[in-house]
Amino acid sequence: MTAFPSISLTAHSFEPGVLLTNFCAGRDETGAVASFVGLARAEHGRATVLELEAYPGFTDAAIARFAEEAKARFDLHDYRIVHRIGRIAPGEAIVFVATAAGHRRAAFEACDFLMDWLKSRAPFWKKEHGPDGDRWIEPTAQDRTDAERWD
Amino acid sequence: MARVLLFGRLADQAGWRERSVEAGSLASLRQALAAADPDLAEALGGPGVQVAIDKAIVRGEATLAAATEVAFLPPMSGG
Repeated sequence: MTAFPSISLTAHSFEPGVLLTNFCAGRDETGAVASFVGLARAEHGRATVLELEAYPGFTDAAIARFAEEAKARFDLHDYRIVHRIGRIAPGEAIVFVATAAGHRRAAFEACDFLMDWLKSRAPFWKKEHGPDGDRWIEPTAQDRTDAERWD
Repeated sequence: MARVLLFGRLADQAGWRERSVEAGSLASLRQALAAADPDLAEALGGPGVQVAIDKAIVRGEATLAAATEVAFLPPMSGG
């Protein structure tokens, strides 16, 4: 699905624990791995299914450019980003981000930085399907404020 | 022929996501789309809609070679 081995866009559900285990394997200089898993919320019955659209070849390239910036900024050893696309049911994982660094502060901060960007600026189009119909969603003011912390 | 891709609410509005259109420039592509669906053409020129040609964002006018991919991108939501 993508030409960037550290980045996957997938229409299938994934197991975050397996991704984290694989990401941690075979490292003997990485002192810290931080990870984040985002799950689809039911919004108290308002959302039955979330639908995420990407532009393959464009969305993954944009994520790769930003992730490489994060890698340089936080001196990361490595990162792994997996993002669901298509229809996602409440409770399923939408996004997995893991960062590896020499020490914990860089790993935590890079993970936070990547998530703020992914939530507010990554090229996805998101639609919520609920009992009252469908609606397209744009980033919340909070998402934008979170992303601006790093500018 | 340009391969035209629509995303998000633009695809919902148009009722299609992908179509081939004969056009040698972005302006003539917009004209061809407007002839078929004036409301869609207006939405494609609306605030926040970006254009990517062969997966790179362009601003303003552009010529289109054969088999060029032209994508209309409404404001992005984040993941």
